[in-house]
Amino acid sequence: MDFLSTLISGLSLGSIYALIALGYTMVYGIAKMLNFAHGDIIMVAAFTVYVFATVLKLPAAATIPLAVLFCMLLGVTIERIAYKPLRKAPPLSVLITAIGVSYFLQNLALLIFGSNQKSFPKIINIPALKLGQLTIKGESIATLSVSIVIMLALTLFISRSKMGKAMRAVSEDKEAAELMGINVNQTISVTFAIGSALAVAAGVFYGATYNFIGPYTGSMPGIKAFVAAVFGGIGSIPGAMLGGILLGVIENLSKAYISTELSDAIVFAVLIIILYVKPTGLLGRKTNEKV
Amino acid sequence: MKKFIAVLLVCLLSVSVFGCGGGSGKGDDDAAVIKIGGIGPLTGDYATYGVSVKNGAQIAVDEINEAGGVNGFKFELLFEDDQADPEKAVNAYAKLIDDGMNVSLGCVTSGACVAVTEEIKKDGLLMLTPSGSQLECTQYDNCFRVCFQDPDQGKYSADFIKEKAVGTKVAIIYDKSNPYSVGIYDSFIAEAEAVGLEVVTAQAFTDQSNTDFSVQLQAVKGSGADLLFLPIYAQEAAYILTQADAIDLDVIFFGVDGMDGILEKIGEDNIALTEGVMLLTPFAADSQDEKVVNFVTKYKAAYNMTPDQFAADGYDAIYIIKAAIEQAGITEIGDGFNEALVAAMVQITVDGVTGSMQWTADGEPAKNATAVVIKDGVYVAFE
Repeated sequence: MDFLSTLISGLSLGSIYALIALGYTMVYGIAKMLNFAHGDIIMVAAFTVYVFATVLKLPAAATIPLAVLFCMLLGVTIERIAYKPLRKAPPLSVLITAIGVSYFLQNLALLIFGSNQKSFPKIINIPALKLGQLTIKGESIATLSVSIVIMLALTLFISRSKMGKAMRAVSEDKEAAELMGINVNQTISVTFAIGSALAVAAGVFYGATYNFIGPYTGSMPGIKAFVAAVFGGIGSIPGAMLGGILLGVIENLSKAYISTELSDAIVFAVLIIILYVKPTGLLGRKTNEKV
Repeated sequence: MKKFIAVLLVCLLSVSVFGCGGGSGKGDDDAAVIKIGGIGPLTGDYATYGVSVKNGAQIAVDEINEAGGVNGFKFELLFEDDQADPEKAVNAYAKLIDDGMNVSLGCVTSGACVAVTEEIKKDGLLMLTPSGSQLECTQYDNCFRVCFQDPDQGKYSADFIKEKAVGTKVAIIYDKSNPYSVGIYDSFIAEAEAVGLEVVTAQAFTDQSNTDFSVQLQAVKGSGADLLFLPIYAQEAAYILTQADAIDLDVIFFGVDGMDGILEKIGEDNIALTEGVMLLTPFAADSQDEKVVNFVTKYKAAYNMTPDQFAADGYDAIYIIKAAIEQAGITEIGDGFNEALVAAMVQITVDGVTGSMQWTADGEPAKNATAVVIKDGVYVAFE
């Protein structure tokens, strides 16, 4: 009984990690850069929804599309201003810039909204599922199903659509893709736009599950989701999903059966072991560097 | 252009010089004023605490002055903003000293208060913090406080729960990365053992994992506890209340002063979840005690809101200073003023809105703890 409910709360936590990890892995897979600001875009997304729903009092049906639009614009703008000038720079510079963007977004939110956490509007109302003694939160079911749908849609988009083909080409070799007539900058912009749209989904479900949002809401889940993406094999979309779910379950099981304080340490220890045994992550492909 | 700026600067300079002159002239005329200096967050995230203390203290100052003052003195309250920042607090303290402060209310928040105690020690003023609960706030001989010190709240909570039979099987969730929470937890556990209160489970979290409490709450549910003790801050308590509701956890939630502010933190949508939540505090705004009724009525009339714990502490602090002045028989501010006040602090008994208090030489108040319970979004005394 206890085991089952721990497992279920782990699944619910894991599906949020998975939803965030999808955004990470998507951007990494195409643009080959770690967008460390992704967690903070989730925070911005949650605050956007908060402003639309609580301050401007828009209906939920209008709030989410508007937030998606806003965050896509934000994602593309960040890419244009912060990352595009570094296209030819070493990956380390881009990584540091991403960390800078992350702090910028956090402090901007701190300035605008203050450090007090805000109560997130109840825009998702799904009744909890009760199976005897077991209660499964409506939000958990929704998060899990939405993550699976997004995962399938992304996989299809990348493997079947023309844009997806362009993305794969850019990911394999930017110069060759350009020679083939693919607009590399536009492709990367679209990648960021999709990544940011995913952040809105993650932000909404995070807010609905935990009820409160603050300027640092995105940072810890962002790091965990990054770990999840590496765990599953960064760049692999089903891998991010699997990594996220596993991470949530491992975290909650170690909290329940080993120690609530050591759970993070255990999660990272598992990551180290996995990477030791399988350096590309669970579902990561081994790529041969052409020299 | 340069000339214009020069003229402007000269004008500004002369204004400031005249400004200063006016100020000191006034000070000389009113020799029979005791200036009480308070420091606290009046702006920023913790502003509610500072504003409450300032408002509460101001009401007491006005009351005393209307009634003719103390030993021929009138009180004057000076209050500086520190945004709960230790560095700003030390600067604010220096400004208050420049303004001629005679007695200090220390700071409203603990961290800032500890920083200021170092200065207070040098200057020798009597310091009486209304709400600095950390142990070190009273580390020097001339430092006293109105509120309980942190770890004591654990002891008082355990005593209260046992005595009033609020709960029999206690579960605890505490923040292992926060000395405030750990201090209360330790003293609660020690006292629970001493009085025979059964603790069925103690669950920890850290500031890295303070949003998801599903596992801890599941453990509490599984332990069969009927009371959940939460020596933590209101934000984490808000997470716990919403997540406990999702798994239908049926326990009495019992917090300490960190829980004060839960009504604001949890937000209007979830206010129903606070129904029946209890917290240990020596002040209940709905008490029928004559003093409390008077204070609450005046506070509501002046500020249009119900006073909280901090306002009550601020109010009592002023009356405690009055009692110390009377006890020491001080009639003029001169040599030995500070020493006489400090010596008087351990001799007085003050019956305030936060209960009847006496002080030890350590600066700690001895007073009864009571608890309030939240009913329809309002604190009500626990019967």
